[in-house]
Amino acid sequence: MGSFLARRLGQMLLTMLFLTLGVFYLVNLEPNLRKLAISQTEMHATDQELESWLQKNGYRKPFLVRYATWLGLWPKLPNVDPATGAATARFSWCDEPAAPKFSGVVEGDFGCSTKFKVRVVEKLGPALEATGLLMFWVMVVMIPVALVVGVVSGMREGSRTDRTLSVISIATTSTPEYVSGVVLTIIFATWLGWLNGSAASATEGHLSFYNFTLPVVTVSIYGMGYVARMTRASMIEVMSAQYIRTARLKGLSFTAIVLKHALRNALIAPFTVIMLLFPWLLTGVVIVEVMFRYQGFGQTLVDAAGNNDIDLLLACSIVSVALVLATQLISDVGYAWLNPRIRVH
Amino acid sequence: MQFLSPGQIVVRSFVQLWPVWASLAVVFGLSVVYRRKLGLFGQVVESATGFAGLLLVLFWLFAAVFGRRIELFDPLSQIARMQNTAPGAIDPHSGLPYLFGGDKLARDVFGRVIAGARIVLIIAPLATMLALSVGISLGLPAGYFGRRVDAVLSFLANLVLAFPIILLFYLLVSPGILETPIPYTLAGVFFAVPIVLFGVLFVSGYRTQPTQLALRLALTLLVGAWLFATFVFNADPFGILKVSPSTLNIFIAVALASGPGIFRIVRSLTLDIKTREYVLAAQTRGESAWYIMLWEILPNARGPLIVDACLRIGYTTILLGALGYFGLGMPPESPDWGTMIKESSPFMRIFWHPALAPALAMMSFVLGLNLLADAIREQSLRD
Repeated sequence: MGSFLARRLGQMLLTMLFLTLGVFYLVNLEPNLRKLAISQTEMHATDQELESWLQKNGYRKPFLVRYATWLGLWPKLPNVDPATGAATARFSWCDEPAAPKFSGVVEGDFGCSTKFKVRVVEKLGPALEATGLLMFWVMVVMIPVALVVGVVSGMREGSRTDRTLSVISIATTSTPEYVSGVVLTIIFATWLGWLNGSAASATEGHLSFYNFTLPVVTVSIYGMGYVARMTRASMIEVMSAQYIRTARLKGLSFTAIVLKHALRNALIAPFTVIMLLFPWLLTGVVIVEVMFRYQGFGQTLVDAAGNNDIDLLLACSIVSVALVLATQLISDVGYAWLNPRIRVH
Repeated sequence: MQFLSPGQIVVRSFVQLWPVWASLAVVFGLSVVYRRKLGLFGQVVESATGFAGLLLVLFWLFAAVFGRRIELFDPLSQIARMQNTAPGAIDPHSGLPYLFGGDKLARDVFGRVIAGARIVLIIAPLATMLALSVGISLGLPAGYFGRRVDAVLSFLANLVLAFPIILLFYLLVSPGILETPIPYTLAGVFFAVPIVLFGVLFVSGYRTQPTQLALRLALTLLVGAWLFATFVFNADPFGILKVSPSTLNIFIAVALASGPGIFRIVRSLTLDIKTREYVLAAQTRGESAWYIMLWEILPNARGPLIVDACLRIGYTTILLGALGYFGLGMPPESPDWGTMIKESSPFMRIFWHPALAPALAMMSFVLGLNLLADAIREQSLRD
């Protein structure tokens, strides 16, 4: 188990390294740097001014040096005025060092957001908190419903209930967030007026049923059908197992069979599915946050990408890649833990 | 301004779609008559879910094919006084109705939804096929050879899978990236893969029949070269298709996003099938590795792959919609469903109709594909 974890962690680090290198390469493409320079300098800056801004702030240093600086394996250098030789911090709004210093991701410094003019941590922290809240409620709504639907339709395969629930599950997996969001908003906000079509007020701490239901339900719907289908398949498999037949032959009631014998074994597979669903929900969270104007991680990612905010975008990708890898690991380890027949090695 | 009543809107839309109904009637009529001879397809049509799924998919297919005949107005033309009009408003100038109303730029929503079908139904299946060919040509060797090949390819696939799709789209589908050689290089690689795949397929299968082999290779090269020129260089020698760089970019991003998933499925199917007796028999006969992969393993993996392809076209449609929703890649005027939803969603509280029509279109098409996939899976498991 120990060596398994060590190997997996090593693999994760390697993956992170490769992916951040890829992102770093893409955000530092010439057109993207130009976009950054244009947004950071005054209007109508000439090409020369753009170039000198990039030069001054160290964007013209060799690619690998800058990647190493960002990682924290190369000292971060301050801006040095060529005329006076005086060293000043690169970005005044976040305490960048005024003297050469190792200060990168490894040291816990995620850099400065050029768009929001704050340190990345200050921006990302609250955003992650907001999105965590959204995800929490999504899970609270989605998982119980999906499991119940899956178990009920899987315990009697082919029955009318099963068919109806299956079609409903397929329908929800065919409804991406930007579709269900639109349809639900039109019904519940425009026509009925029961719910708020914007979650902007939820960001300021005024979380209520009125402003938070639509975003939560919108994200939940897309994943719900998928989890329900997987639970159904798992339940069908368990219900056709030998020990269920034995229980039936012993004369146990159907309810007792389902609750005592089938349910626990049938819920092992959905656990994996739910874990692997997290990264998938990420896209949904981005869409929903943009659609309902909720200031969370997704909105931050969109802003960072739209403005080529290099440090913020890199931090966002670290967070999301870490989420993907961590959920994969938890699902593997958890599966082995829940199902003693499986061993990790 | 005059309006059609709700009943009139329904009747008029129904009449307007007559080429679609006629084609559907022909297809389903024929498939009922010949269902005994159609094998799996016949069984799928007979099941309720399969019928419903096929109905929805074919509806949009025919709507895309007959699009120009169905739409009453050009999807891009604007008639100023029709701005944000409710469904059924009649344009006094031409006397024709905006069946599903007008959007904020005074364009006909009905015509745009139909035109959107054309875009979606061209890009989604083609991009899926591209991803499928890449997934197959990498998944087969990874599963068959195992060891180092598998380790390297699986690592690469997991790398892409670990990347959040939305971030991938933001980085890969931007106007800036078109100035760099990245999309064209990726496209070059992606479009070369199917050519090589078919080349190897024919070389390994027709080794003993030189004339057949030459014929098939020539055909592969011709079609391949045409596709390559059209897509990668946007220089179709026959002038049939125009693929703008931004469309190419969408192709690449979507194929890259779903390729690794297909790779994993093909790999696990190969791992399973390569232990069967007929593969061992072929190995004993001394067949080449590629012959075994392409002529023994691949045909026997087709069932799950067809189901997956069906699901994946739906998923690709959803991805395309997401691209449109974030305003990535698609031209701003584009009538594709995602862009339409994006454009109208800020005004949803006041004007609901321009957002509802494309949303329902997207949902019904993907639902059709998913139902179809479910029916195919059920039927192929049966025998």
